[in-house]
Amino acid sequence: MGEFVRISVDEKKCGGADKARSLVDVCAVGVFEIKDEHLRVVEENEDECTFCDRCMDVCPNGGVKIIKLYEQ
Amino acid sequence: MRLLEYEAKSILTQYGIKTPKGTLLSRNEDPADINYGPCVIKSQVPIGGRKKQRGVLDSDEEPELDRQIQSVFETEIQGYRPAMVLIEEKVEVANEFFMAVTYDTVKKRPVAIFSSEGGIDIEELAQKEPEKICREHFTFRDGLAEYKARQIIADTGISDKLLLGVGSVLSKLATIFIEKDATIAEINPLVLTRENELIALDCHLDIDDDALFRHKDLAGLQKDGSRYEFLHSQTDFERKAAEIDNLDHRGVAGRVIEFDGNLGLIIGGGGASLTAFDAIRAHGGKPANYCEIGGNPSVKKVKELTRHILSKPGVEQIAVIMNVVSNTRVDLVARGIIKGILEAGEKPSETVAVFRVPGAWEEEGIKILKKYGVRYCDRKVSIDQAAQMAVSQG
Repeated sequence: MGEFVRISVDEKKCGGADKARSLVDVCAVGVFEIKDEHLRVVEENEDECTFCDRCMDVCPNGGVKIIKLYEQ
Repeated sequence: MRLLEYEAKSILTQYGIKTPKGTLLSRNEDPADINYGPCVIKSQVPIGGRKKQRGVLDSDEEPELDRQIQSVFETEIQGYRPAMVLIEEKVEVANEFFMAVTYDTVKKRPVAIFSSEGGIDIEELAQKEPEKICREHFTFRDGLAEYKARQIIADTGISDKLLLGVGSVLSKLATIFIEKDATIAEINPLVLTRENELIALDCHLDIDDDALFRHKDLAGLQKDGSRYEFLHSQTDFERKAAEIDNLDHRGVAGRVIEFDGNLGLIIGGGGASLTAFDAIRAHGGKPANYCEIGGNPSVKKVKELTRHILSKPGVEQIAVIMNVVSNTRVDLVARGIIKGILEAGEKPSETVAVFRVPGAWEEEGIKILKKYGVRYCDRKVSIDQAAQMAVSQG
């Protein structure tokens, strides 16, 4: 689990499994992976998130949430 | 990666640049078959200025040859000892030239440099008689055509057939620089023999480590530990740090040299690691290690490096000092440092003696450091002052 960043993803809000899977391709630091046919967040990579927002471009409707834990 | 002279010369030969007739001799080979008459014995170590350090010897008399070869094999040069020596036929020199191609980081273009005075220390000549050195930038796309190379050389007063010949060599050297992804390609000296031949007597070729994946043959050389002996063998601590650096391709975090002190250092930024290291010592601090980080390493690498440095017995604090960095994110470094400390079971506020990393994403970095109570400073505090703060904390 991330110490500084927490990321969650909602496949449905991203427009289905296929579209959500493209998150795996756009994330340069490996935050997302496909496991058991479903998209999931790789917790050990959450702290590598650079806030590039490319995942937000793929899932613009709140399907991906990124929280800066150090701001809370 | 710096190629050995004979490796670099074999590349010159592939591109049609002449080199002296030579034989490579390994430590256990019998030199009995070598019969050149006057020759030069050259230590094959990845170091410049070998002649001044008795790594290059002239041999005019055959009875002396065996003894001189042995001497070159045994001579340590800046921690390196050769596994091979190159024995080359002595060339009758009529004239010597210097040429190099390197990358100008200010103009962001490759630059060709030429001087009609070869065989010299070019830095010294550049200071004393800069007018004797000509240089011209070119682009990676166009390369350095022969006519452009001739224009550079003509400025030094060379003309006629010699101009054609030297221009051709400089153009080929630029092609080598581009095609081999070199960071420097230098021939010093290129000599004109009494028979009017142009021959490269020595060559310095450095290949960009990050481009080695494009040159499988050269990458193989880098992994070959038998090319020369490096007498400073890595400690277990340094070896583990190197493994951390190899965790992923992102940035550098793990080039470490171990020392006896108690203050762990995580330092870097365009030569600032040396400055910071010296400053720590100047203020009476005792570094536990030298290290370099930069190029935006992953959080994981910085975290593992931090844990590793803290694992060294006697190290209770670390100083994190970098130059103003645009290519390394402050917040990612801060995350790695804090995470490493937490995983080591320590408190960031007590373990970081000073955090001075100004640069990209600094504001975000400061938010993280504040949250964990870490003492930080920005670019208003010099590296020297930060070093002083770190030492006074210990």
